[in-house]
Amino acid sequence: MGKNGKLWMIILIGLFSLPVLISPAFADVSAEAASNGHAWWFWPIVLFFVTFIMGILAVLGGVGGGVLYVPIISGFFPFHLDFVRGTGLLVALSGALAAGPGLLKMNLASLRLAIPVALIASTCAIIGAMIGLALPTNIVQISLGVTILGICVLMLTAKKSTLPDVPKADKLSSALNICGIYQEASTGEIIDWKIHRTPLGLALFVIIGVMAGMFGLGAGWANVPVLNLLMGAPLKISVATSKFLLSITDTSAAWIYMNKGCVIPMMVVPSLVGIMLGSFVGVRLLKIAKPTFIRWMVIGILGFAGAKALSKGLGF
Amino acid sequence: MEEKTNDLLKATPEQLLYARILEKGMYLGLLILFITYALYVFGIMDPYIPLDKISDYWSMNVYDYLERAEIKNGWAWLYMLKYGDFINFIGIALLAGVTIMCYAAIVPTLLKNKDTVYAIIALIEVIILSAAASGILSVGH
Repeated sequence: MGKNGKLWMIILIGLFSLPVLISPAFADVSAEAASNGHAWWFWPIVLFFVTFIMGILAVLGGVGGGVLYVPIISGFFPFHLDFVRGTGLLVALSGALAAGPGLLKMNLASLRLAIPVALIASTCAIIGAMIGLALPTNIVQISLGVTILGICVLMLTAKKSTLPDVPKADKLSSALNICGIYQEASTGEIIDWKIHRTPLGLALFVIIGVMAGMFGLGAGWANVPVLNLLMGAPLKISVATSKFLLSITDTSAAWIYMNKGCVIPMMVVPSLVGIMLGSFVGVRLLKIAKPTFIRWMVIGILGFAGAKALSKGLGF
Repeated sequence: MEEKTNDLLKATPEQLLYARILEKGMYLGLLILFITYALYVFGIMDPYIPLDKISDYWSMNVYDYLERAEIKNGWAWLYMLKYGDFINFIGIALLAGVTIMCYAAIVPTLLKNKDTVYAIIALIEVIILSAAASGILSVGH
């Protein structure tokens, strides 16, 4: 980590620690919150450190921050699921906004591929958010638990294909001219890519969008398999386009949650900074970490959080 | 031939334009969010909900929270920017709104390139995201 990185980390950690020391509310003994026996600053600070670790695990485990955030925070923190989903979307959105410009400039994220997909996913994310906010909390919690456990199964079973075989582009992708070219950095090879099964892929983004909006999850876990395995985009293009896609899908749903009042800044900023700093550290740890072990750990944590969401929804 | 390949390897003008606006909006949004959060937690600006009362609200569902705290939803936060907690919404709204600006900005480039289908899709996306942002798409309890 460079000097600048350390400096930024100290500044941002200070931003979360100093209020505890100098805020008038800290000095006031009556500032102990009646609801859970902790002072007001306790949960935001715990949230910051937990999301920091989450950010590290997300990078090392190859998942998005949002998919870890919602089940873990809703399962083990005192925040209501409405606020956790609103914050989860903003966390996933910020990660996508941070990565998006670089990926677009490097031409790894394809705007041409993302635009039609995003139209469907973002529209359906709005519908998903509206459904999620209209349903009783326990139903959403049960569905979230089932979804998270499904994601674990997907992570355990889904294969990846670096360069899928696409014999012929389908009519729709040809008409929309969805294709591209990129250079594989490790080999220097120039790779021409095109996609197939576009109508089916677009249809699946209806479901992905609804789930992203309903549960406040980033949808990278579903975007990548559909883009890569079904539609045949190269893995690098799929991962990069998926990350960029989240900036559009999550934007639409985030507005619905925000307009509904599901955003509490005291939760948003510590979560956002925690995940971002964690991702920053995670990228540096990638060189020395054992990805297989971390991936298993992430699946284990997700499985536990999914089971917790399910049991909470069922009232156990 | 090599020159043509090099050109194809580069991102298209509309993609680069989108990336530039996204990058600037993201940095500006995050900067504003960090500054306003500091104003909030350091007690420089008084919050609408006192810091020691915030934990009474976050375990409620959103409908109870809005009712008990007497907060209106939608864009009502614009009228509450004098409070330390609500001023944070400026940065959040910018982060959530930058994508709309990116889409709106690439439409002229797409039209100039006679890429009418993508220009129409981009315009529809602007309308959909703006509708979501406007608050007209709402759900009841």
